[in-house]
Amino acid sequence: MRVVIAGLLAALFAVPVSAEESACVAAGDAVQTDVPLRHVAAAIDSKHLTVAVVGSASSSLPGPNGAAKAYPARLGEWLKHRLPAVDVKVLVHTQARESAADMAKSLPQLLVDDKPDLVVWQTGTVDAMLGVDPEAFQSALDSGLEALHAGKADAVLMNMQYSPRTDSMIALGAYLDAMRHGALQHEVPLFDRLALMKNWNELGIFNLHADTRTIDVAEAVHDCISRLLVRLIINGADLARGSNTGAASPGLPPKDNH
Amino acid sequence: MPPVMSPGRDLRLDLFRGIALWLIFLDHIPSNVVSWLTIRNYGFSDATEIFVFISGYTAAFVYGREMNERGVVVASARILKRAWQIYVAHIFLFVVYMAEIAYVASTFENPLYSEEMGIFNFLKQPDVTMIQAMLLKFKPANMDVLPLYIVLLAGFPPMLWLLVRRPTLALVASVGLYALTWRFDWNFPAYPNGTWVFNPLAWQLLFVFGAWCALGGAQRIAPFARSRVVLWLAAAYLVFAFAIALTWYIPHAASYIPRWFSEWMYPIDKTNLDVLRFAHFLALAALTVRYVPRDWIGLSSPLMRPAILCGQHSLEIFCLGVFLSFAGHFAMVEISDGIGMQVLISLLGIVVMVATARLIRWYKDVEGKKHGPRPTPPNADLAGGEA
Repeated sequence: MRVVIAGLLAALFAVPVSAEESACVAAGDAVQTDVPLRHVAAAIDSKHLTVAVVGSASSSLPGPNGAAKAYPARLGEWLKHRLPAVDVKVLVHTQARESAADMAKSLPQLLVDDKPDLVVWQTGTVDAMLGVDPEAFQSALDSGLEALHAGKADAVLMNMQYSPRTDSMIALGAYLDAMRHGALQHEVPLFDRLALMKNWNELGIFNLHADTRTIDVAEAVHDCISRLLVRLIINGADLARGSNTGAASPGLPPKDNH
Repeated sequence: MPPVMSPGRDLRLDLFRGIALWLIFLDHIPSNVVSWLTIRNYGFSDATEIFVFISGYTAAFVYGREMNERGVVVASARILKRAWQIYVAHIFLFVVYMAEIAYVASTFENPLYSEEMGIFNFLKQPDVTMIQAMLLKFKPANMDVLPLYIVLLAGFPPMLWLLVRRPTLALVASVGLYALTWRFDWNFPAYPNGTWVFNPLAWQLLFVFGAWCALGGAQRIAPFARSRVVLWLAAAYLVFAFAIALTWYIPHAASYIPRWFSEWMYPIDKTNLDVLRFAHFLALAALTVRYVPRDWIGLSSPLMRPAILCGQHSLEIFCLGVFLSFAGHFAMVEISDGIGMQVLISLLGIVVMVATARLIRWYKDVEGKKHGPRPTPPNADLAGGEA
């Protein structure tokens, strides 16, 4: 329902989406930011952009092509497509069963090794499944985001997947709130993967109930996540330059910031 | 059949507890469009506050009288028996939950969700899981209210003893425990990690406040609670909470809240019964007692009877509601999760809750007749619902 309201509002205010834009991206208005990404903007200007993705198992896909088809690798492809003049590097650090606290601990070293301009930090699911104290989760987010800020990297927080089958079994509420709060407090964009996937499911764009061994839907979901992530990143970089004009380049629709 | 009437009975308690049970059921079905009707979307507090407050109120009403008439030992024994019944109900619900989760674990596959499937890992070590569940440390999602209730009742005899003798002192002690809990981060440990979702050491405040109100406190604060100033304060606070709630759902609305203010306000801690939540409940209660008087004509209307019936059998209907929310979600996943289905499941669930409450009433009537006119000990059911 939240998504429905968001969708209606988006439909009222959104700039018309070009016809070639696929439905999943068009339904992605839950993903937006009004936070400028200054380090990304500077990196694009200097023609070298390094992005690190830190996440748990839901940032990867199983199978021999899993790594290439999961959203972190796709993010690299779409960024290169979108920024042909920029040397884009995406470094992937996904580790199953890693809690936010585990990841926060690894961030300082990652900043030294990768020197990223942007860290996409996906977390929340593992903590919710383990039932980590939400306050401890919150302080893990705080320390991680502080480390990124001190390390002169922008950050994007990504929350959980929408998983209809386990929806009644994993209590996400407190962790979602903590992530929303953490994003607000540290002024980083929140990539609301949960709201996005709920919207896709409601609109019938992807069938997320499917009991299946095939990987095609999962790959399409990850591809679309990466495209919206690119939109968010470029949008944040444009905000840092104090203009929205850059967002009108071909391929991706401009994002309004009313 | 009209609801049970007895001289001391306040049907408003049954009514609002019944409604709270419906709301808890609706809120426990994930991604349910009907849950947009529930109060948690329009302010800080939700049906849990109503349920805990009324449970405290009725517990004190029933067992307080018992303590005066039959002594501390008998009243305490009956309170502990009630806690035991709720424990058994909780374990029963846990078994139902395990059956559902085991079924999903063995039938569902999707490469997108390999991470979320980790929730089934505890099935691999049933020895630990079962023992931790019996210790109330392992509690699956949405099964946190009954353990809270068990602990609140188990700790209630000494508190009731004090409430009957020195009500104000008891209330001060409760506020003190709440403050210390916040100050020192006290909570009960949970398995495999973390602490209880509803911290009994914090939520006892609402339970004891309900009990205090039942034992004369409500009359004492009535002139204050009904004053014009309180009325306006309560209304203003509810409007404020509603405005904040809107920012959770409307993109960009959050940017109108000053940063320092959201830093002060968030997170609104449900685990430890945030003061903002408690105040929201008080504001709702102040308006409710003003506009729904004890002798309100609507309380005898047939329209209110289903909710009152549910409220009078709260333990059974609560458990049924938890089960129905599992079952409803299961049906949504297996059959369809369209909006029509969500509405249908929500309505069906409430109908089943009401029908079951009616059936339980029938059983109790039949059993009551069997005993004949012989005097029975004061029954929790006859005092504004079960304790």
